[in-house]
Amino acid sequence: MKLIINGEEVSIKDGLNVNQLLVEHNVKMPEMVSVELNGQILRRHVYETTQLNEGDKVEFLYFMGGGGGAE
Amino acid sequence: MTPIELPLFVFEQMADQARAIAPVEACGILAGVDRRVTRLYEMTNVDNSSDHFMMNPAEQFSVIKLIRAAGLKMIAVYHSHPATPARPSEEDIRLALQPDVAWVILSLERPDEPYARAFSIDGDGVAEIPLTIVKG
Repeated sequence: MKLIINGEEVSIKDGLNVNQLLVEHNVKMPEMVSVELNGQILRRHVYETTQLNEGDKVEFLYFMGGGGGAE
Repeated sequence: MTPIELPLFVFEQMADQARAIAPVEACGILAGVDRRVTRLYEMTNVDNSSDHFMMNPAEQFSVIKLIRAAGLKMIAVYHSHPATPARPSEEDIRLALQPDVAWVILSLERPDEPYARAFSIDGDGVAEIPLTIVKG
């Protein structure tokens, strides 16, 4: 099936859930990724139970953080 | 490593933002074409902290879509170090997860002389990327 992932049309296997999609995309630390599905940010605990459907728009981004720390 | 071109006005926007919210760390995204930055997107530091920053995911998604709609690319993530040098901290390295972007750090160690440096941070380690500030 075809999805729009990060703005680009991508063909993926049918029947994947969000967690499996992240694995397919070699996301190294899924716990550090935010996922938006059709404009809604998903809570992490639903990644495994959220099935993807033809034409879904998925965005994913790593958390962006860091800091100078106390030197 | 291909240098990043940073227009002076963008550098000044970054420095102004950093000074305005110091001692809290400022953060944002630099976008442009190839390695030439054309736009800065200020982001909220949801940690509101003087020694670390975290962007708001909803704001990240929104800015990424704006960048894409403008035909630009995310070139770098930037943040300020209000009191420490412009070099990646251990936390910067641990949290530099987004692939294919540079990490720009602006230091306010000397508040009247802010300076910025750019780095590539990935599984291969940390490498400085030349950062050229250009007029225009």
